[in-house]
Amino acid sequence: MSGEAAIVVDVLYPDLLNLYGDRGNARALVRRCEARGIDAVVRRVDPGDEWDDASCDIVLVGGGQDREQRRVEADLLRRGQQLRDWRDGGGVALAVCGGYQLFGRSYRGIDGAVMEGVGVFDAVSVHPGPDVTRCVGNVAALWEGETLVGFENHGGRTYLNAGQERLAEVVAGFGNNGGDGGEGARAGNCFGTYLHGAVLPNNPRLADRLISLALERRGESGALAPLEDRAETRAHAEALRTALRRPAESGGVLQSVRGLRG
Amino acid sequence: MTTRRLAGVWAGKLTRRSTRLLGSGGTALPGLVAERVDRDLTRELASGLDAAVLVTGTNGKTTTSAMLSRILTRAERRVLHNRAGSNLMRGVLTSLIDASGANGRLPTGLVGVFETDEAAFDDVAEAVKPSAVLFTNLMRDQLDRYGEIDAIAGRWSRALAELDPSTRVVLNIDDPLISTLERAAPGPVSRFGIEDARVGTATEAELADALWDPASGDDFRYDHRFYAHLGHWYTASGARRPAPQISASEIAPGGEGMRFALTLADGEALPVELPAEGLYSVYNALAAAAAASALGVDGGTIAAALGEHRASFGRQEALRVGGRRVRILLGKNPAGMNQALRTLQGEGARHHMLVILNDGIADGTDVSWIWDTDWEAQAAHCASLTLAGDRVNELALRLEYAGFPAPREPRRAEIGAALEQALDALPQDAELVILPTYTALIEARGLLGRMPGATELWETA
Repeated sequence: MSGEAAIVVDVLYPDLLNLYGDRGNARALVRRCEARGIDAVVRRVDPGDEWDDASCDIVLVGGGQDREQRRVEADLLRRGQQLRDWRDGGGVALAVCGGYQLFGRSYRGIDGAVMEGVGVFDAVSVHPGPDVTRCVGNVAALWEGETLVGFENHGGRTYLNAGQERLAEVVAGFGNNGGDGGEGARAGNCFGTYLHGAVLPNNPRLADRLISLALERRGESGALAPLEDRAETRAHAEALRTALRRPAESGGVLQSVRGLRG
Repeated sequence: MTTRRLAGVWAGKLTRRSTRLLGSGGTALPGLVAERVDRDLTRELASGLDAAVLVTGTNGKTTTSAMLSRILTRAERRVLHNRAGSNLMRGVLTSLIDASGANGRLPTGLVGVFETDEAAFDDVAEAVKPSAVLFTNLMRDQLDRYGEIDAIAGRWSRALAELDPSTRVVLNIDDPLISTLERAAPGPVSRFGIEDARVGTATEAELADALWDPASGDDFRYDHRFYAHLGHWYTASGARRPAPQISASEIAPGGEGMRFALTLADGEALPVELPAEGLYSVYNALAAAAAASALGVDGGTIAAALGEHRASFGRQEALRVGGRRVRILLGKNPAGMNQALRTLQGEGARHHMLVILNDGIADGTDVSWIWDTDWEAQAAHCASLTLAGDRVNELALRLEYAGFPAPREPRRAEIGAALEQALDALPQDAELVILPTYTALIEARGLLGRMPGATELWETA
């Protein structure tokens, strides 16, 4: 692959939306590209920066606390049309937790105030209020016949509108809203999920899918040489066992007992 | 004296005896039972204390409490403290019950030093009515358990506003999230911080939790950053780290740990030789000095007692096992683990490491924090690597990403097996450095203590 342009990964608001190990996601993409001899670079997009989408291959956006999400709201909304165009043009993105919520149409916070989202996903997220248990714990989900594993920790519940494809089916844990068995969303080549972990190091197939889609969008072959992934396979299996043994409910109950809000 | 109070004390004492007989040294259960008998028991018993200090924050609670207890003991005060880790209401109550006589009263002249869980601080403060409250720092820790750091800061502010106006609030002003708690303090404030711009070690790779002032929305900026988000901060709208009354300067590694000049509120500067490594240890010493000073202990006693500091259970604790040197550095969140790793890197040598990652409730069931920890900086300082714990494979993946040497195989979750594996492979005269999460520390420490030839160099805080 030498001679090809590097895969460019743009991380939105890395200082603000970086909870729960999400910085591992950029590392996973770089590592898995480099293992195939594909150069990869990570750039940051901070509030106020212009986002050079023409030279971008993959967008990553992570989760934050409510205050951090409020802080990026205005800057993110400014990019709403650009991000929807990105989706419509086959652009690749992974939005995790808070980033996933903000990539929907709207998010109603714990205090009832509604934040507008960028509308990459046809979904609305609603925080049911301080007296309702957060969705906290290990998750296992089925995605295209494979398992996805991770850890979720969110107060808001996400509801997909009719026609919005979900990413995966929950096996253990809450997922989007703890009610309809769905986890995450997919629109074009944009993926949304509640899974931390970090999600990409622990789910190398998902990481490779993002890379393949990015290569194909550039008109290159998306076929990736298989990697040995011994450490990844063992970590994934361990997380899967943990999720099936100790699904999300246990963490959620604890949180409500301690009376925490947020 | 109420009958109910006496009944509560006795119910607690009896439960404690029965759990002792059963061999579980548990310190939480007795209080839990007694609380049911009299919910006001903590309040009633604590009112018999001469003074009480609550020590809370993300990192440094146990060590700071141990240092403060040592200072007060040296000042010939009688100290009552809860055991390390038993830092919820029931842990405090258990220590009060243990110290109470058959008449349900505390002996006179006791000073309570209570390590207090971040999320239990408001309840404990309401019941204990402390004479001083001490905040070490507020960092990202076990988000599954505590919720977001804003929620903690908000609870602390509300609890401070409820305190008696005579309560002294002791604050680490280098942590802007702690320093700005002063806005909610009802009375006198003691501010401590580092006044030595040469010792900063903050790197890009370190996560900063506190990024802006919730009051103004301005970013926290730094003239100087020490580690994580601790440093000399300011904001564009004019908020600025205040001047400390209690400070450390001329900080340098030396002796068995850190040397520094301790300046107290009266301006007196005292040389301290602290037998603990790392800037985080200096912060713990400053915190203890500030609280002791607020309780009227003189500078000479404080400096001398800090020089006699002994590591708390698993906090930079050194021991010998059958002629082998073992050191344990607890690491339970990114900031704490980064500081432990920074301490190791400062020693220059390459270390034989045993890293243990558990995901019990006391560890945090969410292990994603290891992806926020700067292992990359440690990879070149690792001579050999053994791994263990409930999430040994997640840890292996993270450290492979960071460029560590391959861990020993077979890889096992069981701590005992990994401990043997690591000790067996340890070269003569080498030291094994153990980096465990909380429940892993408890188990590893117990196993080490029972090994033949174990020399106790520890104490319980």
